[in-house]
Amino acid sequence: MQQTTTIDDLLHFMDSRLLVDHIPSLRRYARALTGDRWAADDLVQDTLERACSKWRLWIVGSDLRAWLFTVMHNVFVSQARRSPATRAAAVDIDDVVHELRSVDSQRDQAIDLQRCLLLLPEEQRAVLLLVALEDLSYAQVAKVLGIPAGTVMSRLSRARARLQDLMDGTPPAVAAHPGLRRLK
Amino acid sequence: MNTPTLPPDDDPAAWQAQRDALRRLHREVLDEPIPPALLAAAGLADEQRGRQARWMRWGGMAAGIALAFGAGWLANTQWAASQAGAALSRAPATREFVHAASVAHAVYAPEKRHPVEVAAAERQHLAQWLSKRLDKPLQVPDLSAEGYALVGGRLLPGSEGARAQFMFERAGGERITLYIGSLGPGADPSRSEEASFRLSAEGPVPSFYWVDRGFGYALTGALSRDALLSLATVVHRQLEKTAG
Repeated sequence: MQQTTTIDDLLHFMDSRLLVDHIPSLRRYARALTGDRWAADDLVQDTLERACSKWRLWIVGSDLRAWLFTVMHNVFVSQARRSPATRAAAVDIDDVVHELRSVDSQRDQAIDLQRCLLLLPEEQRAVLLLVALEDLSYAQVAKVLGIPAGTVMSRLSRARARLQDLMDGTPPAVAAHPGLRRLK
Repeated sequence: MNTPTLPPDDDPAAWQAQRDALRRLHREVLDEPIPPALLAAAGLADEQRGRQARWMRWGGMAAGIALAFGAGWLANTQWAASQAGAALSRAPATREFVHAASVAHAVYAPEKRHPVEVAAAERQHLAQWLSKRLDKPLQVPDLSAEGYALVGGRLLPGSEGARAQFMFERAGGERITLYIGSLGPGADPSRSEEASFRLSAEGPVPSFYWVDRGFGYALTGALSRDALLSLATVVHRQLEKTAG
């Protein structure tokens, strides 16, 4: 069977796994990475456009999902390098105010989690999210981010510990904004 | 898929809890409808992938190597260029441009008696005149294979000077317009954005638009996304061919 695999078969194989199928997980990852709905979709859009012009770098039959995350990572890094200021402004105060009106404590937890995620260094956040959301192996994450597998492991454990510390230390940080809290 | 990758030296239960919390964080995104602009970008990319694969099939090995060599060379310069291009396409100038395209369509497309300044009968004069006014050699795309005949064109004012609008019409009377203009000195010609189509629904009528060598192009019409995208692809290809 394998001997008779033709280019047509490969084309068919490719066509059955369209880019569209990967958009939801790209969007979710981008949303968690940037903490901003619009910035996230812009990042996905730029990723798709870049994929469009870089198909020759994708090896037919290889893991399309991992490749797309690699492309997204490269786009994200170069954008972050160009405008480092956007990092600090990643949480839109209007979003937060809107969310804080909700009495849903799960919502509050989600906001805290996103806020704490954004406090992690970008390289730690990326490792943590790729492993937690996408279930990529260390080897895959290493390839996506272009770093050694050992670095993936150390960044992951640092990211986990830091996130836990931040989450545990959340109440005093939030209490620093009593005006916002009172909206509850 | 659901087997968590375990950090080597950590408490599995704590990791499980943390991982679950992260997976819950934006869970709803997975079920949201995909925004049209992303669908369009994915469709274009898939199309390009198919085209490239077919090309490789017919092109043969030697040509493939030559292409890879040339593309590698180009990629160096285009890496920076496409990044700049991505930023450019969301710049206010581009937003203004595509909005103006949509408004111009909404104003002139329903016009019965004076839809254009220069009619299709003077096709050559139309191209020459608008090329001169926009200071750029313009070709009028031929969309007859797609069922659209040229109605004509007109000159319009834009924020950076002259802009051109070409109008096409189908037998049923549906009209589409192609709007072209310089995006100004901010749009450095070296920062061209290759085949980067975006859908805009900001104006009264949807447009697919792209930026090429400092010029903006918007194809506008009250059509389905797919129909508009395929027409935009044809227009882009024709203009590319004549420009190259």
